[in-house]
Amino acid sequence: MKNGKTIVIGVIGSDCHAVGNKIIDHVLTEQGFNVINVGVICPQEDFINAAVETNADAIIVSSLYGHGELDCQGFKDKCNEAGLQDIKLYVGGNIVVGKQEWSEVNQRFLDMGFDRVYKPGTSIEITAEDIKKDLGMTE
Amino acid sequence: MNVYLLIDFGSTYTKLTAVDADKEEILATAKDITTVEEDIMIGFKKAFEKLKLCLEEKNIKFDEINFIKKIACSSAAGGLKMYAIGLVPELTADAAKKAALGAGARVMKTYSYELNRHEIEEIKNSNADILLLAGGTDGGNKKCIIHNAKLIADVKISIPVLLAGNKSANDEIIEIFEEANIDYIVTENVMPKLNKINEKPTREAIRNIFMTKIVEAKGMKNAEDFISGILMPTPAAVLKAAEVLAIGSDDEEGLGNLMVIDIGGATTDIHSLAEGDPTNAGVIPKGLEEPFAKRTVEGDLGMRYSALSLLEAAGTKKIRKYLNDDHKEIDVKAHCNHRHENIMMVPKTPEEIFFDEAMAGAATKIAMKRHCGWLESVFTPMGVMYYQHGKDLLDVKYIIGTGGVLVHSKNPKNILKAGEFDKEQPVHLMPRSPNYLIDSTYILSSMGLLAGENPDMAVRIMKKYLEKVN
Repeated sequence: MKNGKTIVIGVIGSDCHAVGNKIIDHVLTEQGFNVINVGVICPQEDFINAAVETNADAIIVSSLYGHGELDCQGFKDKCNEAGLQDIKLYVGGNIVVGKQEWSEVNQRFLDMGFDRVYKPGTSIEITAEDIKKDLGMTE
Repeated sequence: MNVYLLIDFGSTYTKLTAVDADKEEILATAKDITTVEEDIMIGFKKAFEKLKLCLEEKNIKFDEINFIKKIACSSAAGGLKMYAIGLVPELTADAAKKAALGAGARVMKTYSYELNRHEIEEIKNSNADILLLAGGTDGGNKKCIIHNAKLIADVKISIPVLLAGNKSANDEIIEIFEEANIDYIVTENVMPKLNKINEKPTREAIRNIFMTKIVEAKGMKNAEDFISGILMPTPAAVLKAAEVLAIGSDDEEGLGNLMVIDIGGATTDIHSLAEGDPTNAGVIPKGLEEPFAKRTVEGDLGMRYSALSLLEAAGTKKIRKYLNDDHKEIDVKAHCNHRHENIMMVPKTPEEIFFDEAMAGAATKIAMKRHCGWLESVFTPMGVMYYQHGKDLLDVKYIIGTGGVLVHSKNPKNILKAGEFDKEQPVHLMPRSPNYLIDSTYILSSMGLLAGENPDMAVRIMKKYLEKVN
């Protein structure tokens, strides 16, 4: 049963971890989302262009290799430039190098313009519930 | 005797080819100047008289000829001029442009995003024949394509508009067009899903519009009194011939992946008939996929009209390399200028031929580089990986050369090999070791027309007449 919402997913930067990306695709599709998967090793433009053409409601950026913070610099600005001011932005995976205080990491990414930031090990089902809340899909 | 009469109403010449349908041979060819301004049939009749003479010289009784079909293609009156509009430049705008090129059109300009007043006025005041409107995946962005449709209606565009975008926006757009009396045709989305190109329905729709409206608009409809019809733009016929030769027909094997290099006076056209999937491991295709039948037109690379822009694109150094002119003895600029000023020039002396062939080598290399795919290296924690943009054409088996400079050359392979893989620039996925064929009898566009009637015969005739070069 399609729920009518479109989400762009992908792995950003020079990161080629593909398994998690497939799992996210599968789970979100099962939950009725229209999943636009731009794949791995994706520059910011791939996410943006896909979101524009498909009129996406949300973008989930995944990063596993530790350089996520660098790769996400300027992402929100690009979204604004592309007319995607209202799109929901989510980020997760192993988004920083080494063990850092989570509340600080969380704040840094919120400051970059993401709506929600996920710790390593977060299951995609949790994110899916948050997305449904944010897009006004729950009763 | 059963004969097909295949006609090309070219931009300069009207060319006729008579094919013996029983023996599958080219009986005769003839040409005369295209007369599209007065009456297209004036030039045709002159060429037809020449054809009759040609046949009589071969002792063929004209009265015994039964023309099973007389069909034509055309690039007269400036060819099929189109403008394309899409959303994101690298996505639907590019998909629209590629679909139009594949239909044999001259894409004058491609627009992206929401058009502004200046841009729509530019389109309205142009002499375009068809406007292609795309944008949004199916179920995706509607805002942009509807905005552009409203502008088209506002300025009352008078040329046919082909709607090939987000199908979910069609109802609203049709209402807008109906109210403003816009001449519109609807076809499938040229990019229904992200990065998936769906250009065939658009190509076919363009061909239909060409046959039913553009031919008449260009004043060529009276040709249909004598012939069955002008079916497609000439470049579409060439692409069709290449496509059927590559894939094969119902009963004839194709040659496999192939390319066509067509060096003309004003442009160099490249066609590739291949899927273009990566041939090496560790390569990830990126971006909009390219069509199996891909056509590119380099408007700055030509032997006469574009001689100066060819010099600018190649640079004097590169042309000297092809001339083996280490001591800078040849005045490259003057020679190019002379050709630009004398577009009907036919090279006579060995020096003139040699210079022409050097220009052709430069044009081949640049046009092939622009057409073929290329690799971009990415450093990942797993080592170097590659993005592939465009098609991997390393393993293309055959390249067909056409155009005066190649057909008349004593050693066309020398020119064509400039388009091969260059190990000094290995990111360009150009053919490594293709076989070369020359279209010495200029049959490609005729065979494209014949392929619509009898594809098996078209394949057999091409295999017979395309000359292998060593």
